[in-house]
Amino acid sequence: MAECHPVGFQWVMEAKARGAKLIHVDPRFTRTSAVADVYVPLRAGSDITFVGALINYVLEQEKYFRDYVVNYTNAPVILTEDFADTEDLDGVFSGFDREHRTYDFRAWRYQGEEVAPASGARGRIAGTGGGQLGQVRRAARGEAHGSGGAAAHPEPDTDETLQHPRCVFQVLKRHFARYTPEMVEQVCGVPPDLFAKVCELVTANSGRERTTSFVYSLGWTQHTVGVQYIRTAAILQALLGNMGRPGGGILALRGHASIQGSTDIPTLFDLLPGYLPMPHAHGNEDLETYAHEESTDKGFWANTKTYMVSLLKAWWGDNATAERDFCYDYLPRLTGSHSTYETVVAQMDGICKGYFLFGQNPAVGSANARMQRLGLANLDWLVVRDMVLIESATWWKRGPEIETGEMRTEDIGTEVFFLPAAAHTEKAGSFTNTQRMLQWHHQAVPPAGDARSDLWFTYHLGRRIRARLAGPAGEMDRPVLDLTWDYPTVGPLAEPDADAVLAEVNGWDADGRPLSAFTQLKDDGSTACGCWIYCGVRAGGVNQAARRKPGREQSWVAPEWGWAWPANRRVLYNRASADTDGKPWSKRKELVWWDEEQGKWAGHDVPDFVADRPPSYRPPAGARGVAALSGIDPFIMQADGKAWLFAPAGLVDGPLPAHYEPQESPVPNLLYGQQHNPVREIIRHQEDRFQPSGDEPGAGVFPYVTTTYRLTEHHTAGGMSRFLPYLAELQPEFFCEVSPELAAERALEHLGWATIITARSAIEARVLITERMRPLTVQGRVLHQVGLPWHWGPEGYTTGDAANELSHLALDPNVHIQEVKAMACDVRAGRRPRGRALRDLVREYQQRAGITDATGTEV
Amino acid sequence: MSADLAGGAAGAPGAGADPARAAGYLEHPPRMGFFTDTSVCIGCKACEVACKEWNAVPEDGLLLTGMSYDNTQGLGASTWRHVAFIEKPADEAGDLRWLMSSDVCKHCTEAACLDVCPTGALMRTEFGTVVVQEDVCNGCGYCIPACPFGVIDQRRDDGRAWKCTLCYDRIGDGLEPACAKACPTDSIQFGPVDELRERAQLRVAELHDAGTEGARLYGADPADGVGGTGAFFLLLDEPEVYGLPPDPVVTTRDLPRIWRHVGVAAAGLAAAGLAACLGRRA
Repeated sequence: MAECHPVGFQWVMEAKARGAKLIHVDPRFTRTSAVADVYVPLRAGSDITFVGALINYVLEQEKYFRDYVVNYTNAPVILTEDFADTEDLDGVFSGFDREHRTYDFRAWRYQGEEVAPASGARGRIAGTGGGQLGQVRRAARGEAHGSGGAAAHPEPDTDETLQHPRCVFQVLKRHFARYTPEMVEQVCGVPPDLFAKVCELVTANSGRERTTSFVYSLGWTQHTVGVQYIRTAAILQALLGNMGRPGGGILALRGHASIQGSTDIPTLFDLLPGYLPMPHAHGNEDLETYAHEESTDKGFWANTKTYMVSLLKAWWGDNATAERDFCYDYLPRLTGSHSTYETVVAQMDGICKGYFLFGQNPAVGSANARMQRLGLANLDWLVVRDMVLIESATWWKRGPEIETGEMRTEDIGTEVFFLPAAAHTEKAGSFTNTQRMLQWHHQAVPPAGDARSDLWFTYHLGRRIRARLAGPAGEMDRPVLDLTWDYPTVGPLAEPDADAVLAEVNGWDADGRPLSAFTQLKDDGSTACGCWIYCGVRAGGVNQAARRKPGREQSWVAPEWGWAWPANRRVLYNRASADTDGKPWSKRKELVWWDEEQGKWAGHDVPDFVADRPPSYRPPAGARGVAALSGIDPFIMQADGKAWLFAPAGLVDGPLPAHYEPQESPVPNLLYGQQHNPVREIIRHQEDRFQPSGDEPGAGVFPYVTTTYRLTEHHTAGGMSRFLPYLAELQPEFFCEVSPELAAERALEHLGWATIITARSAIEARVLITERMRPLTVQGRVLHQVGLPWHWGPEGYTTGDAANELSHLALDPNVHIQEVKAMACDVRAGRRPRGRALRDLVREYQQRAGITDATGTEV
Repeated sequence: MSADLAGGAAGAPGAGADPARAAGYLEHPPRMGFFTDTSVCIGCKACEVACKEWNAVPEDGLLLTGMSYDNTQGLGASTWRHVAFIEKPADEAGDLRWLMSSDVCKHCTEAACLDVCPTGALMRTEFGTVVVQEDVCNGCGYCIPACPFGVIDQRRDDGRAWKCTLCYDRIGDGLEPACAKACPTDSIQFGPVDELRERAQLRVAELHDAGTEGARLYGADPADGVGGTGAFFLLLDEPEVYGLPPDPVVTTRDLPRIWRHVGVAAAGLAAAGLAACLGRRA
């Protein structure tokens, strides 16, 4: 966190100053480790074993927060008899369709219920999960609904003594029983005494009086089991009673300043604003069907239709009438996964002909950078908007394929447009950070020359397209022409008024008055709201995100700095900070509580609960929606109001996390016979060859683990740092970090050169020998890790090879994220070959490892 | 000439306590300076960048040094904040440690650069800080070897001497220096030197209580060889580990004594000469 979020890290230092203990778990010793109380080096790709063993410790030693677990999680719920765990099936769960590589999660449901999955048709649960349903599943529905997923029946069978052999609690115990400290030593390379220390610190600091917080970033998400990594932490935190409590929870550090905003009001193919699922072509035929299929019976996702109708009104205004299904049919439809990597393949296949890149540099920053460029080379047109000439704009004359001679500039047919972009200081708008907090930024200076903001570009592009389409319109043009597109513009550049856009996002009622809470939204077309979770950001017509009351002038929650969604709540699910009577678990950790006299919830934070619902409330039989939430259902977005230790729906790769080895690993899976995530997503392509793993023949050709990461001095794919002298001089060259032992093994010299090779490509880097990288003992042998910062490319003030030349396209199946945190490689001393010899070297390695188009693609 | 040379032997109490007064300011604000607490430095280098941005200091070399994450190497004419990174291997005392420290001009109480400057370009401000007036400096270079810390240097293309100004153009307007402002963990603290020294003593005690035995202050002692510094540090190890001289002495310290000896020798020589002349006549 100190490396990548130094400003946010000041709060960690503040906590340290107040006595907090900092534990840092990371394959490399970073600037965070330097100030940590405990540093745990572990093998990249082994965290599920580590955190799973923490769970096992908590269960065996009975360190869980029992009252919290019994009442606020689904620990007491009894599962269907059909459920079989990885314990029973050597590494897979019941419902596994090996042929189609999917799970039918009816096999994970609660006893006595039909569980509607978070994805796909409730009324159409196909037997085998192949074909259409498989398509629907693969359409990344894992992200929709924020994963709390759709219905379980509100009243499952439970055993509050937690003894029933098929209750979630007992299933959890059996599942994690093999995640022992010995396993942690063998799989992660973490010695037992160090692991024991972590167990003690974490459990001693959790409970009524104290809470422990977990913070993670891309070291957890960028794996083929990335989502399950986070699930493991969520289970642990729920068992310890740390969720929804101050100083607790799990904080996801994001990869750039407003990427939270880019999932909230998404730039993702599969989501609509506020985590509404993008409708699918096969299913969700009309609004009513969509509402039925995508709603839950209980909780706030029961109002899916309300959020959707309000969104449609924001987009199509007066044209969105009830008779026209509120223009629901104007929305695009998914036919499968259209994630960035599938798009690249579609480009290479000539299906995708045009591409917009807004502040994105895939030629350096996306996995398998080479494939990215091959895709770009096959487009008809490419529009790049950025502040500098990034590699994704110049690959056609200066990219690696030009250097090797594989491509010639004169043969590339892509028409490339480069449009200079305004910086954040040159435009108004908002950032949404990892705390879900929106902070407004004002324009300080106008952009220079032809540079324009993304808002300007998008608005005027839309305006011009609409002007061209005007006239007798065909059906195809109506969705564009019927849009509300009348944002006011300001100044000589006709910059759209960002505040007006925010007003639309916030929403208004039938009389045009700004809304102040999403509970005001209606499904009859009388309200419009561009993003239901952001409703309230402009409450009272005031830009709440622009508030900057200093911390010392308000409470420790500081609600008047910026605005957090939803409803300016700072801690989600904060009902869980109080017991079943509505009293805080302790005075020390009080956050919200039930005020009997006033008949409502009160506290330091905005209560995340129905304001006037007493803790004693129990819903009548047949209650639906929000009315079905009891007074002790803190997790209001979950289908049953409880934290899910066991996830019966929502994730495509299992109701519980299981340790699988990364796609490419030098070691076999010690926990199960199943080596890899059986339903991981694989892009099979001749430009994306995979390496053998574990005990497979040829795995030894790539004996080292490599992990990619960031440096404080640079930013992502380098567009905002490599081109600046002040940053370039701080880290002026691409380097790899290796231990002295690995350097000795491969004759690497400090400040010399090394070539790092995978089945995709080979890159060269300067060598930094450091004891901060240390060899681990994994499964009885010494395992080395090679560290690679991924910021470099051939353009800018400081240039170098891109680490993403090495990476592959095996992805997490829920969210399509690439696995760049744990790969396998070889390292050689010296610079890499140039020209044709580079591809010859890669081919030589592929041959030596026996790599075919099938390697690594098995289940 | 600095106050301590004019007023007598180095270490005279008056000069040490109030360099601005000694430089001739009758009324002046409290002495301002830096307390750099390296125990909370996270090595982010925001200080280096903020300093360059504010002062328009040029980029001064793209070189991968191999000195851990320190590619800046040291203070100079175009580096006025330098973050050092020291990887101390694990030993019997404990695990691997990574020490980080943002170095800066010390703004010494007894400032040799100030003493030797022939043009008066280097001056003591009303805040007790030491500043080069770039429109006066003639590039003679005398100050360069004078500094016991190796801080000040000349720009090759320009010839003049440059160093940290303690953001004289900010603190005069009630702002803190750019580096202090940018530092996210308050490793760099700006304020009246008296207050900072008190705060620093408390911090050292706190660290000792917490078991961090190696914590110590550097530059905070007015009895040291430069009369104490306006920019001082909390280090977690010996100064040499950070590339700092363990016992810095203002390099002009011995000048009065040297000149006295020269004076005595000259007087003696003159007396001997006179005696010889008179003796011959007699």
